[in-house]
Amino acid sequence: MTQIAETQSAPTPSLSTRLEIIPVVLFAAFAAAPLLASFSGAEGYVLSLLTRVMIFGIAAMALDLILGYGALVSFGHAAFLGLGGYAVGILASHGFEDVLIQVPVALLASAAFAFVTGAISLRTKGVYFIMITLAFGQMLYFLATSLAAYGGDDGMTLASRSLVAGSDLLENDFIFYWGCLLCLFGTYALSRSIVASRFGRVLRGTRENAVRMEAIGFRPFRFQLAAYVISGMMAGLAGCLLANQAEFVSPAFMTWQRSGELIFMVVLGGLGSLHGAIIGAAAFLLLEEFLPEILHAVSFFLSEETRAHLAENWKMVFGPLLILIVLFVRGGIMGLLRRPHHD
Amino acid sequence: MTEPLLELRNLRKNYGALVVTDDVSLSVQQGELHAIIGPNGAGKTTLIHQISGMLPSNSGQILFAGEDVTYLSMPQRVDRGLARSFQITSILPGFSALENVALAVQARSGSSFQLFGNASQEKDLNAPAMECLGEVGLGARAHVPAGLLSHGEKRQLELAIGLATAPKLLLLDEPLAGTGHDESQRVVETLRRLKNRLTIVLIEHDMEAVFSLADCVSVLVYGRVIATDTPERIRANPDVRAAYLGEEEMV
Ligand SMILES: Nc1ncnc2c1ncn2[C@@H]1O[C@H](COP(=O)(O)OP(=O)(O)O)[C@@H](O)[C@H]1O
Ligand SMILES: [Mg+2]
Repeated sequence: MTQIAETQSAPTPSLSTRLEIIPVVLFAAFAAAPLLASFSGAEGYVLSLLTRVMIFGIAAMALDLILGYGALVSFGHAAFLGLGGYAVGILASHGFEDVLIQVPVALLASAAFAFVTGAISLRTKGVYFIMITLAFGQMLYFLATSLAAYGGDDGMTLASRSLVAGSDLLENDFIFYWGCLLCLFGTYALSRSIVASRFGRVLRGTRENAVRMEAIGFRPFRFQLAAYVISGMMAGLAGCLLANQAEFVSPAFMTWQRSGELIFMVVLGGLGSLHGAIIGAAAFLLLEEFLPEILHAVSFFLSEETRAHLAENWKMVFGPLLILIVLFVRGGIMGLLRRPHHD
Repeated sequence: MTEPLLELRNLRKNYGALVVTDDVSLSVQQGELHAIIGPNGAGKTTLIHQISGMLPSNSGQILFAGEDVTYLSMPQRVDRGLARSFQITSILPGFSALENVALAVQARSGSSFQLFGNASQEKDLNAPAMECLGEVGLGARAHVPAGLLSHGEKRQLELAIGLATAPKLLLLDEPLAGTGHDESQRVVETLRRLKNRLTIVLIEHDMEAVFSLADCVSVLVYGRVIATDTPERIRANPDVRAAYLGEEEMV
């Protein structure tokens, strides 16, 4: 019998190896972008936009880890962006400006918040889980607005970007870009590993059939909680980066709308592929950025006044457009990329 | 008499006024194949749910290997060697047959918090899993997604998953339900082999299978055990014939 096991531990199916092309192209594009940015004439703008894309890519991927692989719809994930952001802001305002202090504190705070809120939320299922994570997110939002010492509703401006072991090299936009890309790649590699590991297999199994998992001796709660903590820490890291990118933190980091946008990014990119979440974040942010111009351009046959109206009210198009994509492109953008290979 | 492996003492379960398990006391000896038969709705599945820990009991006691497990969760009971299959197939449809079983092996290996390494390639998990699949005759179908297996194959997979938890006692809820003749023959043969190694509680409607496999048969009617005896004596028992067997053609 063992003989069969050995001959049949075949390499992974060709479908998934072919799909590896997508993350390779994705990361190559991120790596090449700064070089191209220098030629664009709007270097600063391009870099800062793409840095934002990568940061939200990390946050969306963190959410995909529990949403795509664990079917846990957290509607409060922006809270971790806020935690990471405020850890940077508050520590900086007390003179702790180094990432070597800020990031560990942010990760610890995110882990603690995820552990406590996860331990409570995960006792519920379905809609109740969504509502309770939303409630915890709102709780943190209102806490932030009440922090008068740290800007309250208005938030706080950072004096400068964080230091790295005493050096201010992150002030350079290129270096900061590379730092964010490194974080994105690191969290992506870690997530990929987790998903394929023993731990990840339990998480995926629980998504498919929790009762069966209990009937073979697993306690799904522990695995879901651990995944929730890991996911929260990754999103917390994204929060640290976001504060540095904006050089500003405010309660707006963690509105429920922001949590909703994260879910949208994941679904838009395609659930459960990790790089899909990064692509979803990119599509979302780029569409948000360029839709006014795109609308203006494609409506050339209309009167100038109508075109201006359309471009101004681009959000009227943005929402329905996202809904149409999610409804009609099953599996999101990843589903679209997968299709030609499939059938 | 030696101490039984499983002992139910005055077990009860009711849904409101409907009593589904009515004061059930039952002993399953080490190494025996104990069949529980009874008409539809008698409460057999509910009893399995209670023994496995999926449903709490309203009163009574469940002793397993001398330990009171009445208040333990399902995973805790699995740890102690109590595995079950489901009447309504319960598998992971998106996982291959092999991975379904390998997960059960992984569960008892006890180290599932590893975040690195590709679990699906681990020989330590796949080899024992493959053995369990071979045991039920599914070796050739190991890499097929479980959701694409035929109904009969899914029933066999259920059995393989149960075996992979390395149980002392296996609770089988109608493993032959809905299987074709050949498949059901194969499962019966598998059970005949297993009964030398394991203690089995078998719920089954196929009387031919029950009477050929069982060492001991209990008859459940309206949540009550009306008789527990050897297959021959159960067949001859007038109460049983009146309550249950009389309705069907006797084997
Ligand atoms: N969740 C429930 N609520 C109410 N009644 C139930 C529930 N589950 C089972 N029953 C009832 O309990 C009785 C026994 O069901 P079951 O254990 O499935 O019987 P069997 O497996 O012997 O066919 C049936 O009358 C069924 O309708
Ligand atoms: Mg039943």
